[in-house]
Amino acid sequence: MIPTHYYLFLGAALFTIGVVGVLTRRNIIVILMSIELILNAVNINLVAFSRYFQAVDGQVFAIFVITDAAAEAAVGLGLIIALFRNKETVNADEIDLLKW
Amino acid sequence: MFGSYLPILVHFVVVVVVAGAIMGLSAWVGVKRPSREKLSPYECGITPVGDARGRFSISFYLVGMLFILFDVEIAFLFPWAVVYRSLGWFGFIEMFLYIVILLAGYLYIWKKGALDWTR
Amino acid sequence: MITVQADDLVRILPQAILAGFAILVMVFEPFLPAARKTLLGWFSLFGVVAAGAATIRTSFSPGLAFGNSISADRFSLFFICLFLLVAALTLLGSFHSLERENINHGEFYALLLMATVGMCFMAASTELIMIFLGLEISSLATYVLAGFKRQDALSNEASLKYFLLGSFATAFFLYGIAVVYGLTGTTNLLVLSAQLGRSGEFRPGAVFAWVALLLMFVGLAFKVSTVPFHVWTPDVYQGAPAPVTAFLSVGPKAAAFAVLLRIFLGAFASAGSGVFWVFWASAILTMCLGNLAALLQSNVKRLLAYSAIAHAGYVLVGIAAGRGEGTAPVLFYLTVYALMNVGAFLLVAHLAGTGERWTRIEDFTGLGYQRPAVAACLAAFMLSLAGFPTTAGFFAKFYIFRAAVHSGLIGLTIVAVLTSVVSVYYYFRLIVVMYMREGKAEAASASLPWALRVALAISVVGIFYLGLYPTDFLLLTNLAAVPLP
Repeated sequence: MIPTHYYLFLGAALFTIGVVGVLTRRNIIVILMSIELILNAVNINLVAFSRYFQAVDGQVFAIFVITDAAAEAAVGLGLIIALFRNKETVNADEIDLLKW
Repeated sequence: MFGSYLPILVHFVVVVVVAGAIMGLSAWVGVKRPSREKLSPYECGITPVGDARGRFSISFYLVGMLFILFDVEIAFLFPWAVVYRSLGWFGFIEMFLYIVILLAGYLYIWKKGALDWTR
Repeated sequence: MITVQADDLVRILPQAILAGFAILVMVFEPFLPAARKTLLGWFSLFGVVAAGAATIRTSFSPGLAFGNSISADRFSLFFICLFLLVAALTLLGSFHSLERENINHGEFYALLLMATVGMCFMAASTELIMIFLGLEISSLATYVLAGFKRQDALSNEASLKYFLLGSFATAFFLYGIAVVYGLTGTTNLLVLSAQLGRSGEFRPGAVFAWVALLLMFVGLAFKVSTVPFHVWTPDVYQGAPAPVTAFLSVGPKAAAFAVLLRIFLGAFASAGSGVFWVFWASAILTMCLGNLAALLQSNVKRLLAYSAIAHAGYVLVGIAAGRGEGTAPVLFYLTVYALMNVGAFLLVAHLAGTGERWTRIEDFTGLGYQRPAVAACLAAFMLSLAGFPTTAGFFAKFYIFRAAVHSGLIGLTIVAVLTSVVSVYYYFRLIVVMYMREGKAEAASASLPWALRVALAISVVGIFYLGLYPTDFLLLTNLAAVPLP
């Protein structure tokens, strides 16, 4: 039986990778993937806690999070396509019409 | 000790026999007229050799998006199916509404022409 | 065996009706010819009114629903009414601008209704996962709305920035929820507040308790655009179509404040003084930076965006004032803010002309002479935003500051008063340009469509009514503020 905190370390590692990915990568699709990594880190945490408490609700939350991640990916891809049709780029540095 | 793994062994043997039979039979009975296209590796319709940085048609992304949306909804059907009997009519009506909402989305993308591959 | 009582359904009736109308609008959309899409707008408006009627029905059977995850209390009903008002005003004000920009698609109305549904669920949920789902429903809809002008690179860019930063922030919020679940074994705010109330301090493993609270705060702080999580606000408000900006600057913000109130002044009220200092610090930062940056703007949409950031700072002062004092003034402030901000953005949307060309401050030069009524309207909104007496903005600020003084937050109140004095300067720049400069306003061409007139009339009358007779409404907000879990 693997102890619960192993899963939590995995979740925290994925979370960190996701955050670093969002902050350092320049390709919008890679940034989107990094955000999905954070959501999956949450899923690992939820399922690990769910087993720890011997309660099923954490797993149910994970299913909702998966659905949400899918919706987010779809919306994100849609917006990226719209941008690409106008500007022919998926590079975050090149979306600079509006000053940050 | 390994007694509980016996069904898996049986399964394994059955799989090997069936798969071997299918492949062997088609190799033995089938007619072979090789051509260049037929001999190249199958890669879901994409040219297998070439520049890995080549661009995809934007339709792939559209279909990918729609696939994600309609695929992930199955995640709710599995837990529902497990407890279907104890949920009774309530569960049935809930899932019916859920599917109707999904169908509304399907109708929308269909009428919008998002499924029209050649557009 | 799960059963659903009729009461459960009644308690989510407004949200259910709105969602039903959103789906119907979406299905009807492809079947209508392009010239008839405004029909869907009126249909959506009918849906909002029907949801309003349903809210009255819901108010007769208050209570918890769906396994204590939804609460139809006075607090949530207040916010639902506020969101319905914002949605109705935005709908009325957007028909004409959408047609002018050639983006009058049914999806706009469906997405607007969906965003409203999400916001209503945010305000009404007592379950962190439900709150998260509401947040995502409203966020995903507003991401698309911000990029609704598909052919326009500015709009694309605004939506992508909003989307990337927004989903990053909601991921933080979600991680915070997961940590709360891990620490306590529950995500229900009612259970949490009972547990924490007993133990006094949010304690099993205090470091992680702080991590959880801070992560949730970051997620919500992004939505209400407090400094330093505000960087997206000016860009998105400027790039998005102006009617969408009207909605964005008010709806999601008020919903996120509802959640902040429920989580930090409700369930985690016993978390102690550390949370208070977080609110204190971000209130000061937000008020100072929002107001100072607004001084430098030359684009009206950007100016109003920084003013929206500054107003979030004032609301944070109310939250810092604490649960006994601050909640009712916050509700009052959010309502007033909704009226004046939606009104101002809708008017700017109209005056900006086709393609939203005229959004610089100089474009409004001499508007007071060419279009006296329109300019008076805009001036009223500016005066109210600046907090002048006889307008509602004055009492909104007054109640917040009074609550802060009562809670002993003298330093915070002084900063708030000083920064609102600074804010007078940039609001008056617009008024000065309209009335005291000679010139031909570029922005003064087309006459106001009557739907927009109705929306503006509601906002202006509301502002002056609440500015002259605030007591009745203040009593109402006091009632709504009581039953926080």
